[in-house]
Amino acid sequence: MRDTHEHYEAVVVGNGPGGAAAAAALAKQDIETLVLERGTAAGSKNVSGGLIYGEEWAPYTMDDLFPGFREEAAERPIDDYYIHNIAGESVKTFDLHKIHHQGTEWCDAVLRRTMDSWLADRVHEMTRETGGGMLTDVRVNGLLREGGKIVGVTCDELDPITADVIIAADGVNSELARDAGLMDWEEPDDWFQGVKAVVDMDPERINQRFDIDPTTGSAHLFSGDLFDGVRGGGFLYTNEDSLSVGTVFHLDSIAEERAEPHELLDNLLTHPLLDQWFDGEYEEREYSAKLVPDSKKVAHPSPHRGRLLLVGDAAGQMQAQGPIIKGMNHAVTAGGLAAEAFQEAKTRGQPGAAGALYERKLESEGVMKRLRPRRYRMTRFISESRPINKLGNAVINSRVGAAGLKLFDGLIERSFNSPFVLGMIPDTKMTYVTIPERIGEVLGDPVTSENNVEPPGLDDRIGDLTYNVDDPHIEVRDESFDASGVAVTACPVSATDFGGGCYREETVQTNGETERKVSLDTQPCVECGTCAVVADTHWEHPSGGKGVEFKQG
Amino acid sequence: MHMVTLTKGVPDFREGKVSFDEDGHLERGKTPTVMNPNDKIALRAALQTKVKHGGHVSLMSMGPPGYKEVLQEGMKDVYADDLFLLSDREMGAADTWATAMTIATGIEQLEQEPDIIFAGFKTADGETGHTGPQTNWCLDINDELTDRPLITHVISIDVDEDKGTVRAKRLVEGDLSEIETIEAELPAFIVTDPEFEATYRRAEHRLRYKDLREATRERAATLELDEDVTVWNQEALNLDPDFIGLDGSPTIVSGVDPIPKEPSEREATVIEPDDEEKMETVFDEMKQYASN
Repeated sequence: MRDTHEHYEAVVVGNGPGGAAAAAALAKQDIETLVLERGTAAGSKNVSGGLIYGEEWAPYTMDDLFPGFREEAAERPIDDYYIHNIAGESVKTFDLHKIHHQGTEWCDAVLRRTMDSWLADRVHEMTRETGGGMLTDVRVNGLLREGGKIVGVTCDELDPITADVIIAADGVNSELARDAGLMDWEEPDDWFQGVKAVVDMDPERINQRFDIDPTTGSAHLFSGDLFDGVRGGGFLYTNEDSLSVGTVFHLDSIAEERAEPHELLDNLLTHPLLDQWFDGEYEEREYSAKLVPDSKKVAHPSPHRGRLLLVGDAAGQMQAQGPIIKGMNHAVTAGGLAAEAFQEAKTRGQPGAAGALYERKLESEGVMKRLRPRRYRMTRFISESRPINKLGNAVINSRVGAAGLKLFDGLIERSFNSPFVLGMIPDTKMTYVTIPERIGEVLGDPVTSENNVEPPGLDDRIGDLTYNVDDPHIEVRDESFDASGVAVTACPVSATDFGGGCYREETVQTNGETERKVSLDTQPCVECGTCAVVADTHWEHPSGGKGVEFKQG
Repeated sequence: MHMVTLTKGVPDFREGKVSFDEDGHLERGKTPTVMNPNDKIALRAALQTKVKHGGHVSLMSMGPPGYKEVLQEGMKDVYADDLFLLSDREMGAADTWATAMTIATGIEQLEQEPDIIFAGFKTADGETGHTGPQTNWCLDINDELTDRPLITHVISIDVDEDKGTVRAKRLVEGDLSEIETIEAELPAFIVTDPEFEATYRRAEHRLRYKDLREATRERAATLELDEDVTVWNQEALNLDPDFIGLDGSPTIVSGVDPIPKEPSEREATVIEPDDEEKMETVFDEMKQYASN
């Protein structure tokens, strides 16, 4: 028995939305499917801003694959969608419901622990009938190869397993995608980093303060000058009895500006605009963080190798174009398509062709064109061309620019609601900071209320998280400050002059010379992967059931 | 494979559950009875065997009718296919010897001779660690039953059904630094060490484990204690009253001395956090323990 590997027709790695969708679609075709999840419960390793969409065009949606999903696993349906352009205390709000509802059947706020655990129960039930099932506390740590070909997976907790198809839905820091050479952590500008606070709020108060009824919810986006010039923005979504408030920034911008992500979040939390919702009360349930792939740059055009198919964040399938932020729905569609591709390939007697078929389906079903719009590819050069930026800044900041803004007030709101325009927005400071700031300044009205909220410090935020401590899973390869110093600021649970986080700056005396170094303690790690990009590290996930455990997600 | 696990009800010694009177005597009436924690470890070894090789897990105890709930606890928290309670006033006040005699007879009474009998290391109240090995001795002297090897302090097991053997790792001096591996023929008697850990390295085993755990939780929740627990009294077991209960117990407890609580050697000084001067001395005290 020892010599023969355990075999399943399909192994799905990760029970997030992508993995769950793939597993459900496979199980519906009666394909023997084993799902391996690293968390001690599905969702305990997952964080997302919190909106999931049911798209009209999509061949697979959550509520199709999992009847009852919206009623049982999601928080509030999101109907209202606003963006606030902020300049100091002056704010101009645009209604974005048009772009929000464009091509969308529904949109719900979700908390991932609840959602993914709910999915996992269904997935286990469905896959168990095929002879497989869903297991938590198992970390898949790499690919099993025979004669150079991918034939299965290796795990910390289990003996190697072979499979006819491996669907890697193991998230943004996918170890399988990296093992296959399909992804790396090289460039900070391929990534966003998000941090989020889940804030307690009585359902009645949510209804009252957001002026919504108990069966609806609203979403608010924030951009402008409240984030110290770092490129990105903030969001606030209403859940059943909590709010998800967070910020998302380009990681290269966080690194360059030496910004402290938790402080940028605090900038949002303490802005006077938010007083209308907090009203002086603030009880933080959970602080979390995550890397987000920028699909415009890293959505893999060919996310497969041999028997391995990548789905969701692992394939860079996260659409973020201005106020359009869609990830989970693409993961669900991709999961469904990956399952479909394998089923078709198997029926044709060529299971090995599943990858190529999956790639074609991502194109033909319209996933890729949304993840990597051609218009963006055309305008991308702007982000690299400084003169154009300078010119834009000069115009937007001039009196002529101000007059233009005033003249085109309605047009600007319409532009924000245009998928065509949003698809070409370059990732520059001008679009993220200058324009919104100028809109707020020229068109905005001052917010008069005072926000007295005091968000908890990093030590409390770390202290409130649950950790099942394991051996260190990250190793700093180059401890010099030049190579890895950015991690001290960019890591969402570290900060300059804060000793209780992951990364710390140290001054070491060697041979009479002082040297700046960084030291690492992985105990409070939230496993976002930031340091793998901005520092020189050997980065792995902790073993199954180990490390941080998010209760909200 | 047929496995039997032996268990006993013990006072729940966990903080907040256990109750002592002023003299430090245990107040049995105020302290709930629970399944002996070490026996749950033995039961996990039985469950592991069932997960990997299939079969049947019986859980058996000797004690008052209230022990049915102890058996139910084992079914709920670990696993059991069926529950047996040996219960009779005549069996009361038994020492480990009379208990072993009674249990061995209970095992003989089972429809099928078990392949492996599991017992926990020792009970949380008596702490003798005798009952398991003595039960095996009582089985040995019974000519109706196969003699079985006794393996104690077991930390892991691996059954080879084809060979009809069990390979066990055991602690030699109760010490993790010295482990010996023993291969013995089935049927066998295994006493698990508190260090025993069930291991499941195959996905199919973990999935079956999940199925069995779910099923046993459901069964335990809907268990009818009066119908679903098989109770055997003295008559049913046809036991000689001279060999069971108080009469069958050669152990004489001459007396019990309460162990006095050691007086605290440390002195506590209360310092107000606002008192800066005194807080300074606290930090000075703590400095020596700080790294770097």
